[in-house]
Amino acid sequence: MQLFNTTALREHLLRRAGFGLTSAERDHYQQGSYTEIVDELVGFDPAATDVDHLIQQSGQVGVTSRNGVFTPNIVINDARQRWLFRMVHTPAPLQEKMALFWHHHFATAYSKLAGTFGATEGARMMDAKPSTDTAGVRGQIELFRQMGMGRFRDLLVEVAKDPAMIVWLDGRTNFKAQPQENFGRELMELFTFGIGHYVEADVYAAARTFTGWNLTLLGTRDTPTARYAFNYNAAQHDVAAKTFTFAIYANGSKTIPARAAASGMQDGIDLIDALAHHPETARRLARRLWTWFVSDVEAPDDAWVENIAGIYLSNDTQIRPVMRAVFLSTHFRSSSRHFNRYAWPVEYVVRAMKEVGYVGFSVNDTLTPMLNMGQQLYEPPDVNGWALGSAWFSTGSMLARMNFASALVTNQRFELRNASRASKATPEQLYEFVAGRLTLSTIPAPVRTALLDYVRAGGTWTGSEAQLLSKTGGLFHLLVGSGEFQFV
Amino acid sequence: MKVTRRQFVKGGVTAFTVSMAAPAFLSDIARAQGASRRNLVVLYLSGGNDALSTLIPYTDPFYYSRRPTLAVPAANVLQVGADKSGKALGLHPRLTGLRQIFDAGDLAIIQRTGYPNSSRSHFLGTDIWSTANPANSTGTGWLGRYLDALPDPVDPLVGWNTVRELPHSLEGRKVGVPSIPSVAGYAFSSPNTGAEATYSRATMANIASHVPVDRPHVAFVNGTSMAALATLDRVASVASYTGTVAYANNGLAQALKAVGGAISRGIGTKVFWVQTGGFDTHAGQGTNQANGSYSNLMGTVGDSLLSFYNDMRNQGLLQDTLVLQFSEFGRRVIENGSTGTDHGAAGVMMALGGGVNGGLYGSAASLNPNNADGSLENSGNDVRYETDFRGVYARVLDQWLGADSIPILGGNFRNSALSFL
Repeated sequence: MQLFNTTALREHLLRRAGFGLTSAERDHYQQGSYTEIVDELVGFDPAATDVDHLIQQSGQVGVTSRNGVFTPNIVINDARQRWLFRMVHTPAPLQEKMALFWHHHFATAYSKLAGTFGATEGARMMDAKPSTDTAGVRGQIELFRQMGMGRFRDLLVEVAKDPAMIVWLDGRTNFKAQPQENFGRELMELFTFGIGHYVEADVYAAARTFTGWNLTLLGTRDTPTARYAFNYNAAQHDVAAKTFTFAIYANGSKTIPARAAASGMQDGIDLIDALAHHPETARRLARRLWTWFVSDVEAPDDAWVENIAGIYLSNDTQIRPVMRAVFLSTHFRSSSRHFNRYAWPVEYVVRAMKEVGYVGFSVNDTLTPMLNMGQQLYEPPDVNGWALGSAWFSTGSMLARMNFASALVTNQRFELRNASRASKATPEQLYEFVAGRLTLSTIPAPVRTALLDYVRAGGTWTGSEAQLLSKTGGLFHLLVGSGEFQFV
Repeated sequence: MKVTRRQFVKGGVTAFTVSMAAPAFLSDIARAQGASRRNLVVLYLSGGNDALSTLIPYTDPFYYSRRPTLAVPAANVLQVGADKSGKALGLHPRLTGLRQIFDAGDLAIIQRTGYPNSSRSHFLGTDIWSTANPANSTGTGWLGRYLDALPDPVDPLVGWNTVRELPHSLEGRKVGVPSIPSVAGYAFSSPNTGAEATYSRATMANIASHVPVDRPHVAFVNGTSMAALATLDRVASVASYTGTVAYANNGLAQALKAVGGAISRGIGTKVFWVQTGGFDTHAGQGTNQANGSYSNLMGTVGDSLLSFYNDMRNQGLLQDTLVLQFSEFGRRVIENGSTGTDHGAAGVMMALGGGVNGGLYGSAASLNPNNADGSLENSGNDVRYETDFRGVYARVLDQWLGADSIPILGGNFRNSALSFL
């Protein structure tokens, strides 16, 4: 039980289920048992987590407005800033973490949406907030925030109808005379059970299944009220039966029957139902959850995958009980798995801001560094999402991480200097102050020695204001830029 | 514009300059005095390039009947003669740059490259081309294995990836390849200045040199940091490179400019990776419109390669330079309902450089859906491969890089018909 309730375990949980901890969150998550914290994290009410009213208020991380306006529903870089702001300040970190997980899973890129309908509509399709869009548009990432913990089956249906997805995987041109395979293929290859469980003929059948799932223009084209919404176009639906190589129905039937065009949308629902409840989909999702939440340096544990897949299936594809089981599993909690997942660029920058400090720093100044680290929100490289794990790390991206640490610390250095005054007596005390402010794994002795040598370099340590300013900032830079800090 | 000083000094000739307008033969003389320092530039067209719109069988009636809107009119193609089967072929109209290189005899076009049971998945397809292993595409990349086989010590800049993500092809067990998407951004900054900044850089290198044996993933990141810090100054020397020709302001051209700079400065890199995307042309492919998406893709590729080619030629570096182009698959023969093409099978590869025996290799498919020659598959809808792509890799490894392709590719894929090198 000791191990079960250590501070290290709580910090581990918050790095994985969230984005690290501010000092206030460290205090908050000391309250209650580990299980209670897990329940709080997975039990959030998606309708009650809004922190957008804090944007541009004092005491928060900054956002940068352009020409005096901040319009995250329609300008993609403002949307990026708003998402990063939420990651820093949300009371429900798992909501944003799951939104990121689904963003990777259903990887859709803004550039194609913008290239199709323009930058404004592209940003709106990506992450508009319905309560602040005049037509109530819900962007794709907002869909993940709202439904990311519910039934996967329902999420898949909404994704199949999502305007951003319809543009991204060419549903707009999926006509009965010439079915467009893009969505049907990725639905099976990437969104559900994966390669090995279907054949090319299934791709063709799936393409036909979704014929007619298209968009419609609401309002007047090229006016501020114009919006694109899902529309099932019965006239373009292929009504003939579709036969797959796997069971679609509980009775084992592999054929979606011929239906009247008017009710043909049910074809797609039937296929999604079958795929969402397929045991291989359950296993594939479990493996992805392992890589995301448990470890990406160890292959998924077979028994763990079977257990999580079973929970998913026995809960009618509900994600919430699955996530609860992930965080309570001994595999997740084991201290051997602390700090053994490579930090994504977005995790790295948000954790750095939360642990180093952010007042006076703008999330806008994370955007270019993140690009150089290999990750731009709303812009995964392709429908397969980002390459994870060690693939994040190259010399160029590592320099980008070190240099982001430098920029953040440079911005925060007076605040850090002030906070370090109480620890100015010796280099050792200063080091302990800096290391203690970060949630670090055990720093190896030679690294600690090198950092102490750094504090002493350049002259006798006196703890002067000038020394404190340069060495406190320097230590934060070195530790946040170190190999140790690249893991969550 | 000076020819690289290193080469002349090595050849015993100093204080000798070649102007930008130097005739090719003069550069070649200069080159002959330099050390042999071959490099390979791999160009990946991501998304699945529509080979039939790159190299066009403009006399095949089925090309026109099966692609009513996408087929390029015969009058518009850039004719490059006929292949060994007698089929007349032409390049896309926007490939004027490649046509020029073809006419100079420095471009080899290898048709219908692929492998049995071609994957129509971008990811599996890319993995197969990367690992050169259709049976198990999860291991190291073919270029990573080549670099791993080089004798120690291997320089951290032996490979140079110009895009942000390390491509699977360059993943090795031993040798890490730096990703340098921006030469100017490849620098180390510090919250302090002067001596304090120097201490920071030295300390960062010091802590990165720690190799925790019980935490190999931390050791990997530390190794990456060390390689970054060890290569900063050399990469910085490329940042000031201007080239002997103008490079366009697009990602591919700028990447090739950096490659040109690294070659010109004698950085020592053997394998470069450049990549350009947008080839997943499911809709609105625009092969015939002046600003159609495919026309723009071809323009970018052809013009960028021509700039690079001329830049290397002007400096006498063409004989050391080989560009090898591939994509993860070709596209469906028949166009779809959205004036695009879906995922297909065999594609087209190209090799470009001063050491290349230019020309057309392999034979074009007959696009008749009922074709009897077996050049199509998938009920006549996709082009079937004729040349195993691993044969092309083998040629490059054996004849250009001086390696042994058999252990690197896990088998003997040598193909004497591929005499482009």
